[in-house]
Amino acid sequence: MPLALEAVQVSKRFLEVVALDGVSLAVATGECVALVGESGSGKSTLLRCFNRLVEPDGGTIRIGGRAAGQVEAVDLRRHTGYVPQDGGLLPHWRVGRNTALVPVLLGLADADIRANRSLEMVGLVAKDYAHRWPSELSGGQRQRVAIARALASDPPVVLLDEPFGALDAITRGDLQEAFLGLRARMTLTALLVTHDMQEAVRLADRIAVMRSGKIEQTASPAELIAKPATSYVKRLLVRAGIRSPDR
Amino acid sequence: MKPVRSTLRVVMRAAVHLVVPALLMVAESHPAAALQDPGARSIIVASKPFGESFLLAEMFAQTLESNGFRVDRRMGLGATEIAFGALRSGAIDVYPEYTGTGLLAILKLPAISDPRETFRTVQREFKARYGIRWLPPLGFQNTYAIAVRRETAARYHLHTISDLAREAAHLTAGFTPDFTGRADGLPGLAKAYGLAPRGVRSLLQAVKYQALAGGSVDVIDGYSTDGQLARYNLVVLEDDKHFFPPYQAAALVGSRLQRSAPAAIEALSSLSGIIDEETMRRLNQRVEVNSEPVAAVARSGLEELGVLVTQSSHIVASRDSTGSFARFMWDSRSLVLSLTLRHLVLVSVSLLAAILLAVPLGLLLERSRGSAESVIRSVGLMQTIPSIALLAFMLPLLGIGMVPALVALFLYSLYPILRNTYTGIRDAAPAAVSAATALGMTPGQVLFQVRLPLAAPVIMAGIRTAAVINVGTATLAAFIGAGGLGDPIVAGLALSDTRMILSGALPAALLALLVDLILGLVERGVTPGGI
Repeated sequence: MPLALEAVQVSKRFLEVVALDGVSLAVATGECVALVGESGSGKSTLLRCFNRLVEPDGGTIRIGGRAAGQVEAVDLRRHTGYVPQDGGLLPHWRVGRNTALVPVLLGLADADIRANRSLEMVGLVAKDYAHRWPSELSGGQRQRVAIARALASDPPVVLLDEPFGALDAITRGDLQEAFLGLRARMTLTALLVTHDMQEAVRLADRIAVMRSGKIEQTASPAELIAKPATSYVKRLLVRAGIRSPDR
Repeated sequence: MKPVRSTLRVVMRAAVHLVVPALLMVAESHPAAALQDPGARSIIVASKPFGESFLLAEMFAQTLESNGFRVDRRMGLGATEIAFGALRSGAIDVYPEYTGTGLLAILKLPAISDPRETFRTVQREFKARYGIRWLPPLGFQNTYAIAVRRETAARYHLHTISDLAREAAHLTAGFTPDFTGRADGLPGLAKAYGLAPRGVRSLLQAVKYQALAGGSVDVIDGYSTDGQLARYNLVVLEDDKHFFPPYQAAALVGSRLQRSAPAAIEALSSLSGIIDEETMRRLNQRVEVNSEPVAAVARSGLEELGVLVTQSSHIVASRDSTGSFARFMWDSRSLVLSLTLRHLVLVSVSLLAAILLAVPLGLLLERSRGSAESVIRSVGLMQTIPSIALLAFMLPLLGIGMVPALVALFLYSLYPILRNTYTGIRDAAPAAVSAATALGMTPGQVLFQVRLPLAAPVIMAGIRTAAVINVGTATLAAFIGAGGLGDPIVAGLALSDTRMILSGALPAALLALLVDLILGLVERGVTPGGI
């Protein structure tokens, strides 16, 4: 089976700033990989290469074995789930219509059914929520809708860009729980950008730590904690309270 | 796709409801222009925006009518440039003008002190240059009259303009913009007499007498036949150096009328040489001071002069100056209503055209942001052209009347709509726009399904701004004979009739409120739910 997502020696500059510096990463089908790093480390830029919101200057991006550049950008995006930090719901569309967005763009006949099913999957009762405006929801509910929207057409891959970053600690915990529930029930291939090492450890199968446009280490959470490859990775783990400084 | 369609539907419905009746009204208000064959066209008589010009034009009109001609009146045209421009372009057929003005302001020739020589010069030059004919003068002169209050004259011992020049350092002048700019006005006067007042304020014709009487200024430029000079008991200073050229009033006739209706020229010529200064001053006073209707004063003047046969049953109705404003409005309700409708046509047609251009242009500019600012800024520049100047520029191309007024109002409406459309579309909910793109909406889908509906309230705000400004600006259409609520405002200013001014200004203000209210409802209709 081909890799769901693959980046090979990808680089990108924004004017004088090097955002990605020869980055390579692979995500297998059914796997959840977290990109962890501080602001400006290049993690969001790498994520956005996979739905062509960013075009790399060099290197190769493959999605399901096909080079990204060979797929029409709009077509690629319609087959790639996407959850931004602020939800990005269309404020003038009700929850049901927001959730049905991608199925409607794809021309699927059962768009509404898919939307409702997707809402139920993230823990929202469709008949209570489908007719509401986004402005009538809490922040956590809005993120749930954003996840439901990303999943409504059963895309092979979901890209999540700091999906829980703007939520309070309790709501964030609930949403992480819901995400793990989804992963348990279905094959979910996900690339998750987060600055929160604890979240990465909790949700991901593998973690890639990024710094200054490069990947410092890619490893499973257990391996990362046991054998941090660099002092920077160690420092991140210590700061997150996952490792004690003396180890 | 539902909100796009429903938004479009609302806009379309509004368009149909506004435009169709508007076009019907335009057609209705111009039945003559639309249906008549050009050979039998009415004679268009015009005036400039001051009392005597209204009165003389009305006398021309009644004289023509009594000779069996059909007359169309275009009273109160902007100023000399607009009235003369309209005559030259054939938009009007005749208006009263003064030989001195023709010589200095139009021909830009130096002043000549002999009245007959002045007349011969303008007659010769106008015919050669423009094919326009001066009929023999009506008989009186109406020169500039430099006037002061009686107590000012006493205090500073002022009898002549030379006296005034001596004491000028103590006095503030209030001159009409026309006078301040003309060679035969302040610049020449200052040179001839060494006149340098303490300050010069620019005053409109309509307010200068009140400003002088109230003490805001000490010296004004009046007209020697003004009824107002007597009303305020003013002293006219003698032009002891004979600076002002002779200003003989006469009918100025366009080339088309000369060719097509020699009998009309003959009828107008019957007024030549029969109106003396005393008669004119008295008639002016009846209009400007006693508030008698222009038509009635013109009629009784013509009867007195033997041009019209006196009708025994004829009663000169007074413009009852003691009656209440409410009564005045009630009496002129049908006129005010038709002017209001005309005003509404001017505003809605020009606004609709501006929406149809500015909104799509705003959408287009959002897609090419590099050039957006410079395009919008150049449209904004148009906003800085004074409306009278814009109307004057367009005169040679578009003549006078409805068309240039619509074009001017259209141009003035563009900027607020364009600016708001562009800004509204550009700044619409960035998070929603980027998510919509990331999930696979095409740029067109993002524009029409996300940006445009979310920008609708901002775009509507621009349209409302343009509409309200437009209602105000449209009153200036009266200066180019396009009608509307500016008509009673211009006439009221010319005749010093406050109630007449209000009969145009109040409905205009109400119309602005009403238009804003209606557009507010439209805004609620096009604003999508959820925001």
